[in-house]
Amino acid sequence: MKVELTVNGKDITAEVEDRTLLVHFLRDTADLTATNIGCDTTSCGACTVLLDGESVKSCTVLAAQADGRSVTTLEGLASDGGEMHPVQRAFHTEHGLQCGYCTPGMVMAIVSLLKENPSPTEAEVRDGLEGNLCRCTGYHNIVQAALVAAAASAETGASE
Amino acid sequence: MSILGTRVIRTEDPRLLTSGGVYVDDLREPELAGAVRATFVRSPVAHALITGIDASAALEQPGVVAVLTVADMTDMPDQVPPEPEPEGVPPAEGPMPLGGVWQEPLLAVDRVRFVGEPVALVLTDSTYQGEDAAELVSVDYEPLPAVASIVAALAGESLLFPEAGQNVCVQGRGEVSDESIFDDCEVIVEGDVVNQRVACLPMEGRSTAAAWADGKLTVWASTQNAQIARLILTAIGLPPEAIRVVAPDVGGGFGAKIGIDRESIVVAWAAKHIGRPVRWVESRSENLVAMTQGRAQRHHIKIGGSKDGHIKAYRLDVVQDTGAYSRMSGFLPMLTNLMAPGVYDIPAVQAGYKVVVTNATPIAAYRGAGRPEAAATIERAVDWFAVEAGVDPALARRLNFIKNEQFPFVTKTGAPYDTGDYEGALDKVLAAAGYEELRNEQQRRREAGDTRQLGIGLASYVEITAADGAAGETAKVEVHGDGTATVYTGSSAHGQGHNTAFAMIVTSELGIPMDKIEVIHGDTDLIPDGIGTYASRSLQLGGSAVHKAALEVKDEAAKHAAELFEASESDVVLDAETGAWHIAGDPDKSLTWSQVASAADQGLIVANVRFTADRPTFPFGTHLSLVEVDVETGKVTLLRHVTADDAGPVLNPILLEGQRHGGIAQGAAQALCEEILYDSDGNPLTSTLADYAAITAAELPSFELLTSETPTPGNPLGVKGIGEAGTIGATPAVHNAVIDAVSHLGVRHIDMPMTPERVWTAIQKAKANAQ
Repeated sequence: MKVELTVNGKDITAEVEDRTLLVHFLRDTADLTATNIGCDTTSCGACTVLLDGESVKSCTVLAAQADGRSVTTLEGLASDGGEMHPVQRAFHTEHGLQCGYCTPGMVMAIVSLLKENPSPTEAEVRDGLEGNLCRCTGYHNIVQAALVAAAASAETGASE
Repeated sequence: MSILGTRVIRTEDPRLLTSGGVYVDDLREPELAGAVRATFVRSPVAHALITGIDASAALEQPGVVAVLTVADMTDMPDQVPPEPEPEGVPPAEGPMPLGGVWQEPLLAVDRVRFVGEPVALVLTDSTYQGEDAAELVSVDYEPLPAVASIVAALAGESLLFPEAGQNVCVQGRGEVSDESIFDDCEVIVEGDVVNQRVACLPMEGRSTAAAWADGKLTVWASTQNAQIARLILTAIGLPPEAIRVVAPDVGGGFGAKIGIDRESIVVAWAAKHIGRPVRWVESRSENLVAMTQGRAQRHHIKIGGSKDGHIKAYRLDVVQDTGAYSRMSGFLPMLTNLMAPGVYDIPAVQAGYKVVVTNATPIAAYRGAGRPEAAATIERAVDWFAVEAGVDPALARRLNFIKNEQFPFVTKTGAPYDTGDYEGALDKVLAAAGYEELRNEQQRRREAGDTRQLGIGLASYVEITAADGAAGETAKVEVHGDGTATVYTGSSAHGQGHNTAFAMIVTSELGIPMDKIEVIHGDTDLIPDGIGTYASRSLQLGGSAVHKAALEVKDEAAKHAAELFEASESDVVLDAETGAWHIAGDPDKSLTWSQVASAADQGLIVANVRFTADRPTFPFGTHLSLVEVDVETGKVTLLRHVTADDAGPVLNPILLEGQRHGGIAQGAAQALCEEILYDSDGNPLTSTLADYAAITAAELPSFELLTSETPTPGNPLGVKGIGEAGTIGATPAVHNAVIDAVSHLGVRHIDMPMTPERVWTAIQKAKANAQ
């Protein structure tokens, strides 16, 4: 079947098998490999992307379901000038990543979380990330990065 | 001021955060263009004879390139022939993996020994086609009784390797117990402790791509050590120089990616066999049955001492479930035996072990590998002893610690501890946690009969890192004519931050800025000789090698600087802050690294070294865990986790803390929620992440880390390993905390993982016993 998606602002039209998962469309058709696959039961969140601005696990969405919609992956998060998104920047300063495999999904999940709740408590961040697994960081610095990104965004917002 | 010891954020991160890492499945190398997808047909039964394989239906499917079984491996050299077993007595140690009659095949030959064992390989144009076709490969199995537990293995009614005559494949020589060591003990406690089987669970599973061209095999593998992987890959009948192994970004390892697994060898062979590149990326449900798992030990212990809290004797018996194949021989329980007495000066210690095969996924190293098991049990034993003697657990530890003035100290099991300050670490943790206040609050809740009871768990641990220091690690440092430096290391990162850490060492010695230093690892063409990353060895061996190479580069550069200055070599100095060379006492006239390196042969100064250590190092620390247990539901909430982990001087606190955080989470995970389970027929019950209870952010607090830095004389940096300490300390601290929370109800022990059901059941049983 034919699908048309806007991925990171770019229109992509492709012929795919009906059963093609969004994550495979992103990785194989769009050749955007930052989004990783960490399980086959929608449990780990490594494949989290934004679909029309909301976080979804792209292993559990068919490319067909995303037809006509807009997808944002890690590659599309930084500004056109290459400036990192506050969440990316906070992951760097707070050492929120080690092996980097869960990172694209974690970053996208936190971008979505902060959009819904711009100034979360630590407990809210932890509950919000329950669907994203990380085996390296013990989550400590990921949670810290989310809180730092929230504070940074609040500051930017206040100064605007 | 040196950069060492400062909080330098990672140079690795910008790439990982903007375009993502490049893991095996992301490689777009031209050599892999048109690569076929590999899908394994795996055994659905735990123990069976294979009576036939029919691939005809699969071969008719679209996109199927080939279906390969062991019968196709005629172009492989014979695997190591069986060696006779001496008199039927299992060896105390053996090669890793254990060969002879216990040999693990590459693809199943005529028998399968665990659910998930690879039987055939399907090669297809696309991933989806592979999954479809693999289901159509028909394998006839004649089921055999499964050995699904240590008890069944020891009973020996069903044998995995009938020609071996038993399921015990390795046996330590300390098996005989001498009961007389407990003769003058006033307090004796005896019991069993289970250290359950858990998944290593790197977020990237195993993956391998291979291409054969012009007589050379290139293998991209998600491995902790490309060089060891290359040696293992010679099994396919090629000399090492005909194989190049590349470790691209590796999505976590935790011990399960040491070397390379049988599936990867088969994939590499298949690329050569069919003459097309092949790529294999396992799914999580394959990973949870076929990647090696960890722990899986059953302990029996006896501990005794005086009423005033002095421990006099300790006996540990270990049975290691090694799964279907003995990848590690006796190595894991041997380490558990070695570290049995932990941080305590116990006058009499005995330890023994047996390794048994079962119809389960093979066991290998998992973060700590044999040492977490030792710490878990001695720390439970000390709590048992403290309760029985009526002594506070903190005091019981303090009374029995090896004292600072006793180092170096050789334990009764023969471990040569280098340095330590065990009491110092305990004091820091008790003070930071507010131990007395916590005990008071616990007492208040007990007296009030609160639903939510408080538990305080302590674990003081010591572990062994870089036990194979004699093998050392390699490093090559080059300074180029443009003033940049390249570091080639035999160590290999999969999240630890080697690039940042090793660049810091070079910049600290040579004054070349971090952004002009490139660190390269994991490519056997560029670094043919190396050992890799495991056993918390990277900084102390790999980092020491980089340090040694940097010093040699400096010495060599001094000669060229002296020539340029027309001065004596002893008069030139390097300002390590600025990277400028000048004559002592005359800083105005200086030379840059670019000028000095340009004066060398071919405009390059290079040092190629191997650093070896003549002794292992022994990191230590104390963890305190504070939990709340709902005595009506059994639910445990981890409220606080306070630790002092001492691995010597800290190179970069950010990296050190990251290692500790990850280790603590994995330790808490084993204590509270994670366990690989099988039914009595050997069917795995936890083969997806929907079933395996991997710990999440929602179940953990932020951790409270304290510093403690006691150097080792074992290397010039004075450092010990930190990679595994968190796991080793956290597991028993959380374990002890939960039991402490309900000990006043009469609960003496709960095996891990302490799920609400287990905790609730233990409380109900204790209540029933009290009536």
